[in-house]
Amino acid sequence: MNDVSLEAGLSSRASRRRMRAFDAVVLTLLTMALWQAIGSWTKGVAVSPPLPTLLYLFGLLRTSMFWNHAAATLAAFLLAFALSALIGLALGLIFGLKRFAGEVAEPVLAGFYTIPKVTLYPVVLLVFGLGMSAKVAFGVMHGLVPMTLFTLGAVRNLPPVLIRTSRVLRLSPDRMMRWVLVPACLPDIVNGLRISFSLSLLGVLIGEMFSSQRGLGFLLVNGMAQNNVPLSTAVVTVIVVVAIAANTLMLRIGRPAERRANWK
Amino acid sequence: MTEQSHVVLNEVVRRYEGPPAVHALGPINLTMRRGEFFSIVGPSGCGKSTLLDVLCGLVRPTSGSVHFEGRELRGEVPDGIGVVFQEDSSMPWLSVRQNVAFGLRTSAKPEKEIAELVDHAVSFMGLAQFADHFPAQLSGGMRQRVCIARTLVLRPRLILLDEPFGALDQQTRLLMGDELLRLWRETGATVLLITHALDEAAMLSDRVGVMSARPGRFIDMVETGWPRDRDSRIVSDPEFGSLTARLWSCLREESLKTMGRAA
Amino acid sequence: MTRRRAALLVRTAVLAGLVILLEICCRTGIIDPLTVIPPSEMIVSMVDHIGSGELNESIFNTFSTIILAFALAVGFGSLAGTLVHRFSRLRDVADPLLASYYSVPTFIFYPLLVALLGLGKAPLVVLGVLSAAPAVMISTLSGLDGVPPILMKLARIHRLSAARALWWIVLPAALPRLFTGFKLALSYALIGVIAGEFILSGTGIGYAISFAYQSFDNRAMYGLMLFVLLVAVTANGILYVWEGRLARRRSVG
Repeated sequence: MNDVSLEAGLSSRASRRRMRAFDAVVLTLLTMALWQAIGSWTKGVAVSPPLPTLLYLFGLLRTSMFWNHAAATLAAFLLAFALSALIGLALGLIFGLKRFAGEVAEPVLAGFYTIPKVTLYPVVLLVFGLGMSAKVAFGVMHGLVPMTLFTLGAVRNLPPVLIRTSRVLRLSPDRMMRWVLVPACLPDIVNGLRISFSLSLLGVLIGEMFSSQRGLGFLLVNGMAQNNVPLSTAVVTVIVVVAIAANTLMLRIGRPAERRANWK
Repeated sequence: MTEQSHVVLNEVVRRYEGPPAVHALGPINLTMRRGEFFSIVGPSGCGKSTLLDVLCGLVRPTSGSVHFEGRELRGEVPDGIGVVFQEDSSMPWLSVRQNVAFGLRTSAKPEKEIAELVDHAVSFMGLAQFADHFPAQLSGGMRQRVCIARTLVLRPRLILLDEPFGALDQQTRLLMGDELLRLWRETGATVLLITHALDEAAMLSDRVGVMSARPGRFIDMVETGWPRDRDSRIVSDPEFGSLTARLWSCLREESLKTMGRAA
Repeated sequence: MTRRRAALLVRTAVLAGLVILLEICCRTGIIDPLTVIPPSEMIVSMVDHIGSGELNESIFNTFSTIILAFALAVGFGSLAGTLVHRFSRLRDVADPLLASYYSVPTFIFYPLLVALLGLGKAPLVVLGVLSAAPAVMISTLSGLDGVPPILMKLARIHRLSAARALWWIVLPAALPRLFTGFKLALSYALIGVIAGEFILSGTGIGYAISFAYQSFDNRAMYGLMLFVLLVAVTANGILYVWEGRLARRRSVG
């Protein structure tokens, strides 16, 4: 009976995978069709259809102009993400371990999450001036809080028995953090990194869209201003592809950590 | 089918299509007398819960028939049957009193009558003190009492219980067993109790059916002969020991078969 | 004193302390008054501008857009979530999409939306819906997933009709998670609409703030900023408290 059920299970999983692949192809085709429809219906005034966009994109990827802008965005983003991740991790650990401080801080952090941070951007500009530091600050403004909240949550939800065990084993605080806390919290931390990644990118892009002369965000808005629709559409495509790819990658990376932590 | 037969299962078989195809239950032949307390014991996976699903009309048998009060069940749950499940089925968003009243929401009874029935059921199950508490504030045993009270308030003529005390500790189980007997005597309902605890079956029932390993069939029927006004102190009766021993002698081999299969 | 109340007190004290610190720094010139104006002046400016009634139309525009986007997001999101939950094949397709959705900065579509729909309410509403609806969808799925199967069995035992099972069991059981979705939806709709107005619009509070900044009218800018922040914090705060009450009744402790 067991062999039969195992075999049956395998074949049904294979057929499900085949069905999912088929559905994915159908979905992609539908998306392309919709894109094409909107593009041709508006006669390329708002959106450029898929094929012209792709052709334009290939041309664009060969220009140094594009890569200069991409590099500007990348630089600002990496710095913003690194800061968000490290500061967020540190704050999250502190607030998670010091329970009372965490309780005080959490609603404030959660509240900050719900504010339209765009409205604070002029303040950032006034304080940091027009330039990369403003973009980075804006990226950090978006990416810091989720990282903190995720780490805080992870530490707080740690089974107390793990901490008790660390004490019984007389681990130094540094070791407890490295050998127990961080591995146990890893799935949530990776999730926090993933969200922080997307939001830092968003922050940097918005910053560029509002007031910058460099970067992909600027390129997007500039494209609209100059009525260069293929350019704008191409930039949007690039950003979407990069964002989804990065997110999927981080989801994949997070999975073994998640499985190890949740072996129960 | 006599006047006294409340529930009749005739050659009931239940198969699942799969893949893989599973012959879960049967053939089962069972006649339950009106007002009797009948228990079923059997190894895990033998189809006890499937039998309960078939009995209350949640599931149609692949072949064979189920008759309740003379009428055949055709895939819907008839009026007059109450069920208490293994899992906690209390609704976390309702208070104890509201949970108990839930069963009467569809009835056309006047509000005053409903309130009286609810109050009676609540105090009967010893929950009067917690009537306005929420399930999350109660222990597992109390939550099961809420579920039983909710069943009781409908005055069912047949009460089915699927390992209702499975999640409770032994002492609470014994006390809940007494509660169940009180309930049985008060309502005069026919009770079917499914349990894996032999002592529970031996102590509470008029009759115990022993089921084989999958596909579940009855391999023994034991009449206990207990008086109606029994309670858990019956464990001191020597008859109890021999009853339990007899149940285990049947069941042991079937349990080993099940374990061997699982390993 | 309960821990929660103690935390509330400390929190209020810390925030008040920070505001007072900012006030002092601004007044004494440690912070350049051209950069940041003192909080007390922000409040006065806010009361002036809002009270004068000159922004009433903008306020009405912004909030009506937000509410419309919110309502549409909740409607579409719940419906889509329910459909996806019902049909497992749809779900297999939708799950990875939803998992990646919020990694894409939806905001980058806004200029395209403006080019498509003109410079008015429409692109703002669409942006708000695009931001908020998936959150509703995700929480609807989560809520429906979270209905204990035993309760569905209970519905059949009590012979409830499909409509009654939905209204009496499924909805109450799923409510906490659904509510979280609504809270997020409001938050995202508000952020999306105001961000849109800020970057590229002709009306609304977001635009007013941007205009004030471009015109070097710091006072007006800060006053309006404060207004938006207060509204956002209050609206979300109310929902947050409500959400907490819902959850606390049903969870242990």
